Amino acid sequence: MALLLTVNAFAKEKQHGEEAGEKDLKTEIKEYIAHHLLDSYDFSLYSYTNDAGEHKYVGFPLPVILWDGGLKVFSSSKFHHGETVAEVGGNHYALYHNKIYKTDANGTINYDADHHPTNEKPLDFSFTKNVFFILLVSIIMFLIFSRMAKNYKNSAMPTGFGRLLEPIILYIRDDIARPNIGEKHYRRFMGYLLTVFFFVWIVNLFGLTPLGVNVTNNIAVTLALALITYFITTFSGNKNYWGHIFWMPGVPTPMKIILAPIELLGTIIKPFSLMIRLYANITAGHIVLMSIIGLMFIFKNWIGSPLSFALAFALSLLELLVAALQAYIFTMLSALYFGAAVEEGHH
Amino acid sequence: MEKLMNEFSFGLFFWMLTIFILLVVLLKKFAWKPILDAVNEREEGIRKAMDAAEEAKKEMQNISADSERLLKEAREERDAMLKEAREIKDKIVADAKEAAQLEGDKMIQQAQATIESEKKAAVADIKNQVASLSLDIAEKVLKEELKDGAKQEKLVADMLSDVTL
Amino acid sequence: MQIPEIVGAGLIVIGAGLGIGRIGGQAMEAIARQPEASGKIQTAMLIAAALIEGIGFAALFAA
Repeated sequence: MALLLTVNAFAKEKQHGEEAGEKDLKTEIKEYIAHHLLDSYDFSLYSYTNDAGEHKYVGFPLPVILWDGGLKVFSSSKFHHGETVAEVGGNHYALYHNKIYKTDANGTINYDADHHPTNEKPLDFSFTKNVFFILLVSIIMFLIFSRMAKNYKNSAMPTGFGRLLEPIILYIRDDIARPNIGEKHYRRFMGYLLTVFFFVWIVNLFGLTPLGVNVTNNIAVTLALALITYFITTFSGNKNYWGHIFWMPGVPTPMKIILAPIELLGTIIKPFSLMIRLYANITAGHIVLMSIIGLMFIFKNWIGSPLSFALAFALSLLELLVAALQAYIFTMLSALYFGAAVEEGHH
Repeated sequence: MEKLMNEFSFGLFFWMLTIFILLVVLLKKFAWKPILDAVNEREEGIRKAMDAAEEAKKEMQNISADSERLLKEAREERDAMLKEAREIKDKIVADAKEAAQLEGDKMIQQAQATIESEKKAAVADIKNQVASLSLDIAEKVLKEELKDGAKQEKLVADMLSDVTL
Repeated sequence: MQIPEIVGAGLIVIGAGLGIGRIGGQAMEAIARQPEASGKIQTAMLIAAALIEGIGFAALFAA
């Protein structure tokens, strides 16, 4: 079903492309994929061109929040999907490659030698599609889990959806937190580990639906998650942890001096790799999946389309696995880093 | 790398961080803590119940062992008591026998003593009677002898002649 | 992407693929040898694979 909808969206796109007859189909698919992976200022499910030749979008606008010498809030519908310039309080803003630039009334964008825009960029706190979705997933999670928690007040056993979630919670506690952090300290980190696991998992799963929301393939999102892991690790690090970083016990003194910067760099590389891994896995998955779906429109014959469909179907199943696996690995490695930070020296 | 930098949106980062930290705090308070507490409590309860069952099993074993031991003890006690009773009985019988013997001996002795004393008394009585009889006889003889004066004279003379002054 | 970059990316993928493949293979062997320790082996395998993957991705983005 999910796949069919996505295909549907493509079909619409394709018609549009043929009608316009200007763009090369391959380029268009590439652009569509690139666009799909990006954040946007409105929540649009798909777009099509009606009989009158107008470009129509199905979805709704979201608020744009800018800090440009004062707080500016306006609806993203003013951009008309990047087609017009928004005028707010005497200032003009235009969308260019999905970023907001301050322009003149005509929306002129000036470029430097490398074709980078030189226009001023206002500080952008817009409530974009991804922010909207993060909030939505957070609310859903809060509702599900607080309801599940309430159920425990009445009975010792979980009821309803909780039956499915409890084994996962117990798995995270018994197979991720306990062995990696240790019996003594694991309780402190359970809140973060559980939240991050379910958040990443749910968001990844929603990313596979044709809603077109891909929260975890934004580097900003994964950076935020990795940064929280980094700060928790750093602030819960005990004497033993810092001792291993700055003055590695059990090696000769010259080695200690060499190891200290490497270990210090390691503390930054660890969350960095967390950030990149999640981002890259999800992005790569989406690119491959959408490219294969896009092949359908390139082949345009009776062998190509079913083949592409079958491939896309198999890949979607793989992506389902990846969605859970990445959430698991993120949680697992976070737990591992926390465990290293609170480990008591056994020398 | 440049692509990543270009893609990075501070707004999204800001919102993500805010919403996510808020989510962690809220979920920790309203969901994870109660859920984990409940699960822990349940596990604790199960463990306690298991422990109690184990304890009860042990108790049962103890009790059966105890009763076994008690039974054995009771049997032993009974045997001991029987033995003791038999001993007591034997002793009583022996005692009684001894007492009877003693009593009999005593009675025999007494009887013998009585017989002896009777005998002595009888002998003494006979002696007395014999003495009085002899006196009577002697008197009668003397009376017979001294009937005529001449004889009396002669006797006095004999006696006087015996006395030498 | 220019030609050297594409070649670099290819090399990275080959390297990371070989590395992860080796980890996976060794883990399979280890599990076959000691099925009772499969949980621990799996965890260790995933961590090792994830670390290589992380380096691979970092290099891929640098390329």
